[in-house]
Amino acid sequence: MKVIEVHNLTKTFGSFTAVDHVSFEVAEGEIFGFLGANGAGKTTVIRMLCGLLAPTSGKGSVVGYDVSKKAEDVKKNIGYMSQKFSLYEDLSPVENMELFGGIYGMNRKQINKKTEEIIKDLGLTKERRSLVGSLPLGIRQKVAFAVSTFHSPKVVFLDEPTAGVDPMSRRIFWEMIYRASDRGTTFFVTTHYMDEAEYCNRISIMVDGSIKVLDTPERLKNNFGAGTMDEVFQILAGKSKNQVQ
Amino acid sequence: MKALKFLLKKEFLQILRNRFLLAIIVLIPVFELAVLPWAATFEQKNISLCIVDGDHSSYSRRLIEKILSSGYFKLTSHEPDYDHALRRIETGHANLILIIPPAFEKDYVNRQPLKMMLVIDAVDGQKAGLGMSYLSQIILAYNTQIEVEAGNRTGAFINIKPHYRYNDAMRYQNYMVPGILVILVTMMGGMLSALNIVREKEIGTIEQMNVTPVSKSMFILGKLIPFWLLGLINLTIGIFIGWLIYGLFPVGNILNIYLFAFFYLLAFTGFGLMISNFAQTQQQAMLVLIFFLIIFILLSGLFTPISSMPEWAQRVTIFNPVRYFVEIVRLVYMKGSGIHDILPQLYRIFGFIVVFNFLAIVSYRKTQG
Repeated sequence: MKVIEVHNLTKTFGSFTAVDHVSFEVAEGEIFGFLGANGAGKTTVIRMLCGLLAPTSGKGSVVGYDVSKKAEDVKKNIGYMSQKFSLYEDLSPVENMELFGGIYGMNRKQINKKTEEIIKDLGLTKERRSLVGSLPLGIRQKVAFAVSTFHSPKVVFLDEPTAGVDPMSRRIFWEMIYRASDRGTTFFVTTHYMDEAEYCNRISIMVDGSIKVLDTPERLKNNFGAGTMDEVFQILAGKSKNQVQ
Repeated sequence: MKALKFLLKKEFLQILRNRFLLAIIVLIPVFELAVLPWAATFEQKNISLCIVDGDHSSYSRRLIEKILSSGYFKLTSHEPDYDHALRRIETGHANLILIIPPAFEKDYVNRQPLKMMLVIDAVDGQKAGLGMSYLSQIILAYNTQIEVEAGNRTGAFINIKPHYRYNDAMRYQNYMVPGILVILVTMMGGMLSALNIVREKEIGTIEQMNVTPVSKSMFILGKLIPFWLLGLINLTIGIFIGWLIYGLFPVGNILNIYLFAFFYLLAFTGFGLMISNFAQTQQQAMLVLIFFLIIFILLSGLFTPISSMPEWAQRVTIFNPVRYFVEIVRLVYMKGSGIHDILPQLYRIFGFIVVFNFLAIVSYRKTQG
C-alpha cells in the first residue's frame, strides 16, 4: 500500500519555482531518504506534504488524504520534526510530550504509558524534568523525535533530524528510526549526510526543484559506477544551475 | 475540547516560568497608579506672571496681592513697560503679562471705564486658558470686594457657589485613578496577547502546532483565556492600589466593574491576538498595537471629554471599546451606577467580542499560501 503519493507537485514563489513537477510514491513501512543540496526544494516538499504550505499545482496525498483539500485529516495521521528546533524550550521533555499527545487526542492514561515507554527507549530518564532549553543539541533532537512519534502516527516526516548532531548520537538516532520502522511506521527523511542515505530503503535526489534519480542506494551506486552515495551525490549536485563553482 | 486543557496547562506553565512577565504584571499597576494620578492633573499651578504696574497705587498693590495670594500664580518680575514684559514671555520666563494702566486708582474711584490688558503665551493652550479664567475670576472678586467695602452694592450681585456632585472636593485623583485603571487593563491585555502568537512565530514553535490537527478556535481559546485571566488579576491589583494609596473604592457595586471587565477583556485580548496573527515579528506587532492604543486612549474621553470633540471624532469613538470602559469605570467608581446603567455599553462590548475574536480565529493560518 502506498502511504504517500505525489504527482506533478509544484510550488512557485513569485517567479521562482522551488519545486518543479515532482512525482514519487512511498510504500508503507518504508524509510524514504529525500536528498538534495541546500535550496534544492526538500523542505518545501515536506511542508506541502504536512499541510503547512499550499501547493501551487499538482497532487499530493498522504495516507489517502489530499494535502490541498484535506490538510487537517493529513495532520491527524502524521508526525513532523522540523529542520529548525520547534519544541517549547521553557517546558520539560515530559511536558512537551504531554502537550502534543493531548492535542492529538490521547487521554491521560495513554500519555503516561507512552511517556514512560519512550523515555526508557531513548534514554531520557535523567533529562525528563529539565527544561528543554537547557539540554544539549543531541538530546533536544531526541526529544523532538520522541514528540514527532509520540502519538504513533502512520507517517513521520523528519527534516534534517541529525543536522549538527555528533556521530555517536546520529547512530542512536538511526537505531530509533529502524525500531519504529519495524513496527510499521513510514519515515520520510531528509539529510545532508551521505553515509546516512545508505540506511534508507530508497532514496531520491533533488536538484533545482526536481527529482533527478530515485532508487535503492545499491542500484544508484551501480548505475553511476560509484563506490559511495557521496560520489553519486557529487555527480548529480555538480550539474545544478545554482551550484557555486 | 480535550485539547484545550492541555493548551491551557502549557500556557500557564510558560507564564509562571517567565519571571520578567510576572514582574511586569505586578510592577506596572503599582507604578502607574502610585505616580501618574499625581502628575496627570488638569489643575494648573505655578503660572508665571509678569506685572507691569503703571499706577503704583494702593489699589493696584492690593490687586497684585490678591492675585499672588490665590496660589495659582508665581510672580516672575515687575517690568517698567510692555516691551520689557514681552521679552519675558519671549524668553520663556513668563506665561502671562498683566498690565495695570496709569491712573488705575483714580479712574476706579471716579467710576470711569477701566481697561486692563492681559497678554497670554498660548503655546500651551490649556495653561493659557486656565490662567486667563483664574485671573478673570480674581479680578471680578477684587471688584466686588471693593464695591462692598465702599458700601455700593449697586447692580445685580450674583454669587455662584458650585457644588460638585460625585466628586465633592474636585480631586483630580478621584477622576484619574479609574481612568488609569482602564489604561492599565487595556495595555496589559492588548500587549501580552499581541506579542504572544507572533513570538511563537519568531521562535518557530508555531510550526509544530500548525502541523497538528488542533482546531483554530481551540488554539485561539487556549491563548485567550490565560491573558484574559491575567487582565482580571491586573485589574484587581489596580483596584487594591487605588484603595491603598488614594482611599478610593467604587461607590457602586465593584462586581459591576468586574462584570464589565470580564467582557471587555475578552474583546481586547481578541484584538491583541488578531494583531499577533497579522504581524510577522514582535516589533511589528508592538508598533501596530501602539498605533491603535494611542488612538483608542486619546479618543476615549479619558483626557478630553468626548462631548468637546468635533462631530466626526465623536462618531469615531463609537468604534472605540476603550471609551465604554472609561465611562463605566467612572460611573461605578464615582456615581455608584448599577447594572442597568452599564447595560448599553455592555451590549456594544458584545459586538466587539464577536468581531475581534472572529477575526482572530480567521486570521490564524495553519497553512500558508
